[in-house]
Amino acid sequence: MGDHHDHSKTFQPDHPEPTSDDALLGLALRELLIDGGYFTAAEEQAVIEKMQGASPENGGHIVARAWKDPEFKARLLDHGSEAIKELGFDLSPTEFTVLENSRSIHNVVVCTLCSCYPRALLGMSPAWYKSKNYRARVVREPRQVLAEFGVELSSEVEVRVHDSTAELRYMVLPQRPAGTEGWTEQQLAALVTRDSLIGTQRTLTTG
Amino acid sequence: MTQPSGPHDLGGLDAGPVDLAEKDTAYWEWQIDAMIRLALQKGLLTDFAELRDGIERLAPEDYEKLSYYERWARSLAYALVSKGILQQADIDQTIAALRQRQAGR
Repeated sequence: MGDHHDHSKTFQPDHPEPTSDDALLGLALRELLIDGGYFTAAEEQAVIEKMQGASPENGGHIVARAWKDPEFKARLLDHGSEAIKELGFDLSPTEFTVLENSRSIHNVVVCTLCSCYPRALLGMSPAWYKSKNYRARVVREPRQVLAEFGVELSSEVEVRVHDSTAELRYMVLPQRPAGTEGWTEQQLAALVTRDSLIGTQRTLTTG
Repeated sequence: MTQPSGPHDLGGLDAGPVDLAEKDTAYWEWQIDAMIRLALQKGLLTDFAELRDGIERLAPEDYEKLSYYERWARSLAYALVSKGILQQADIDQTIAALRQRQAGR
């Protein structure tokens, strides 16, 4: 293969090198597709930066707006995909539905068949979300699984489990913590955690 | 309960406690993630269902053994080879070259 060593073939320093057969399979495909002119290393870099830029702060922004603005909240719960466009987020063609928690209802999200997740709003999904144990059990014994996350629900609280699909993504609208009257949208957004948007955390704390 | 339709059909199965450890995404995982998005954008994959189909074809023991992005790599390889976009021999050769480059560092 000679000494030529362009950017597309350089392993990134400071990152563990992949050694498994199938990780190398992935990198081999990447190299062949770049060499074949199907995409460039610069295009790849742009996609990675965009995906790394998405984080639960985006979801937190949507939640904080809904807490502050009842009309936005109504639109959000009515048709999430349309309402989030007002804040500059667009998941189309995927449908997006927001699930409101209340004193008597707790929502939790899973994707039993693969690992569908609103990445543009929540960033990279946690490893447990993609794990067999979460996907298998949360639909059958949600209370036990939630207890493993430290969420203890009284029997009066109804648990609703929502199974995502390739065409439909969900996000939970957690309850606004008491004592936050008069807080700015930015202050409220900072309270929102990734797990509260998935439903594996119920109570948000004001520190 | 109905029979699972494939190795991916996990809802309702018996399984152990959820491992709550947070794991960093390695750079090669971001690269595979980006490659899938670009493959969709450039029409190398027709749609996301095509990628899922390749994952759902995995043998149950492979599905369980492989990590999330390893499954994606396996599925993309299946799609690209079956459509004639890449040749298996070239893939094997490139993997060997990658291994050599790693060993030489």
